[in-house]
Amino acid sequence: MSDRAPAIATHSPELEHHFSSLEQQLEASVMGMWVFLITEIMFFGGMFCGYMVYRYQYYSAWVAGSQKMDFRWGTLNTIVLLCSSLTMALAVRSAQLGRRKAIVIFLLITILFGLGFLGIKGIEYHGHWAEHQFPGLNWAWPEANSHLVALFFSFYWAMTGFHALHMVIGVGLVSWIAYQAWKGRYHSAYYTPVEVVGLYWHFVDIIWIYLYPLLYLISHKHISG
Amino acid sequence: MSMATLTAPSAERENYLNQEYGIRSWLLTTDHKRIALLYLLSITFFFFIGGFFALLIRLELLTPAGDLLQADTYNKMFTMHGQVMVFFFLIPAVPAVLGNFLIPIMIGAKDLAFPRINLLSWYLFIIGGLFMLYTILTGGVDTGWTFYTPLSTQFLDTHVVAAALAIFIAGFSSILTGLNFIVTVHRMRAPGMTWSRLPLFVWSNYATSIIQVLGTPVLAITLMLVALERIFKLGIFNPQMGGDPLLFQHLFWFYSHPAVYIMILPGMGVVSEVVTCFSRKRIFGYKFMALAVIAIAVLGFLVWAHHMFAAGISLYAAMIFSLLSYFVAVPSAIKVFNWTTTMYKGSISYMTPMLYAFGFIGLFTMGGLTGLFVAALGIDVHVTDTYFVVAHFHYIMVGGMVMAYLGGIHFWWPKISGRMYPEAWGKLAALIIFIGFNLTFFPQFVLGYLGMPRRYWQYSPEFQVLNVLSTAGATILAVGYLLPMVYLLWSMRYGKVANENPWNAAGLEWMTASPPPTFNFDQTPTVTWEAYNYDELKEVPVER
Repeated sequence: MSDRAPAIATHSPELEHHFSSLEQQLEASVMGMWVFLITEIMFFGGMFCGYMVYRYQYYSAWVAGSQKMDFRWGTLNTIVLLCSSLTMALAVRSAQLGRRKAIVIFLLITILFGLGFLGIKGIEYHGHWAEHQFPGLNWAWPEANSHLVALFFSFYWAMTGFHALHMVIGVGLVSWIAYQAWKGRYHSAYYTPVEVVGLYWHFVDIIWIYLYPLLYLISHKHISG
Repeated sequence: MSMATLTAPSAERENYLNQEYGIRSWLLTTDHKRIALLYLLSITFFFFIGGFFALLIRLELLTPAGDLLQADTYNKMFTMHGQVMVFFFLIPAVPAVLGNFLIPIMIGAKDLAFPRINLLSWYLFIIGGLFMLYTILTGGVDTGWTFYTPLSTQFLDTHVVAAALAIFIAGFSSILTGLNFIVTVHRMRAPGMTWSRLPLFVWSNYATSIIQVLGTPVLAITLMLVALERIFKLGIFNPQMGGDPLLFQHLFWFYSHPAVYIMILPGMGVVSEVVTCFSRKRIFGYKFMALAVIAIAVLGFLVWAHHMFAAGISLYAAMIFSLLSYFVAVPSAIKVFNWTTTMYKGSISYMTPMLYAFGFIGLFTMGGLTGLFVAALGIDVHVTDTYFVVAHFHYIMVGGMVMAYLGGIHFWWPKISGRMYPEAWGKLAALIIFIGFNLTFFPQFVLGYLGMPRRYWQYSPEFQVLNVLSTAGATILAVGYLLPMVYLLWSMRYGKVANENPWNAAGLEWMTASPPPTFNFDQTPTVTWEAYNYDELKEVPVER
């Protein structure tokens, strides 16, 4: 590991003292982010597990809840996020090639997509709130099985809420590295933060790729009963 | 050793302790050794808080009547005893203190892979600890350490959310420590330090880290859902609103059973180091020892529902979980047999760390075997929620982990502080702890078998004799725990100055100065030998 330290890299200003080469530093950081993402999978996994159990147990209530989702907003948001993943990937590529301007531009577009996603999610949240679909605080359900549909909405708010929180953190991280990139901190030999934040961003997208079918698509056309 | 003290007290070698002074140099440090000492202070503080609650519990149980504490207060005492001890002492004990200090040195690295994240872990631990203290000081919490729903979400009017938040935050400290260790072991090993040359202490902390990283997030989301349920009056785990309390138990134990292994695997690592050193022999079956800790970590994730045999899960599920629980005994037994075989025909010296290792092996064996009792469906129904279970897990957690932790602290004290602890006092304390522990917890096996339930502040008069024995043991135990506090502090100033390898032990940590310099080694070492090469070590007479 540490014995293949190239002589030039040892003196690079970005190299932290306890690593012996920039390569080792990049490998460690990327692995650290992967391990962190595994913990994130387990974190969301708890909610996916609960969703699965209750969907199986209270099928018709779940269908009734699902039908209150507007799949057009969900689809639009999926497209927005996929586009943001593309621009993030392009930003990482630009960093590897050391093109400062391109990194900044792609990161800014990524931020815009991220904010766009949060805006659309906000519109949806507003709609659910207006229709009294927030269990506990603001809940009214005219049809049967009110408390079971409330369970569906509990999971809806918790899952999308934690996802949105991750998006907010992601936008913050991307803004930070965009600022650093603008200052010219990254070049082809050192772009670790861009790569690592990129991994995080793609992960948050992937969570949505699972939330989208489970919340919006799966019972959309189904007649409850 | 004495030469050095006589000739050069003025030109003291620069090390991690004297390189910088002042509170800032500690609170903003990224040196893994200093962070380890920060943890040492913090968890010792929480250990005595948790111990204080334990003492109140034992005093209340001195008599059958509920006289010292009322039922509600008693509920708070055992709840906070459990939460503080598990989340703020046992889980961080060996990994965050000894692991933090030793892992980079043992693999020949300058620091952990992410030194600033390491400091962040400690701050998260402290923030979580402050939430816990807030909970304690503003009236406490009485859910039991397990936060079972719907009790915790519907029926209690105590600081459940604050306590859950405390554990949530401390959990992230634990996750980040585990993450740091995993990446460090993969990416930071010195040239020649292959996986098969890693000390078993590193292996066992690596296995622990896997559990911390995979398990803790599940506890985090579970406690988050409990908090949301309380704050927004949701019904996620409330049966009246369609929620399922069993789901809570599944999610909770999915973390909290593996967490038991977070609380024992690092201790096994300590014992492996100590037993080889004081038997002057290479560990018996190195590969099996390394694989066994990984096996325990993996199997540990497949047995959680054995905590729910009496909670109404299906009989067939229970049978599978019972069988899988038995499988955990296999790697655990491999560990015990191999330690014993390592000692066989070794030249054993009975130094303090070795006494703790003996204690660990015996008590862990008892705790492990009684674990098989409760993993058996028929017996479990009889002893569920009795003192038998309490005795069983205290044999693992206190008899096992706390023994190993203290053994490790003594073993590496010369490395940490640069001073020797007083050996006679060390042995005395180890003996007192062993006697006090057994007197406290052995009667509880009997009590449980006779049917005394746990978590009650009163009991039938026929149980009094055994309870008095247990309380007497607890006071002895308390003395045993206070002693090392006193003489270890004393030794930091007055102890004999330690040379770099006072035990003549193998391992990279003994090849650098005591205390080590800030970057651990003057030059990155190159490893050309196997772990525990005691037969190749020159026998230097050890000054005692």
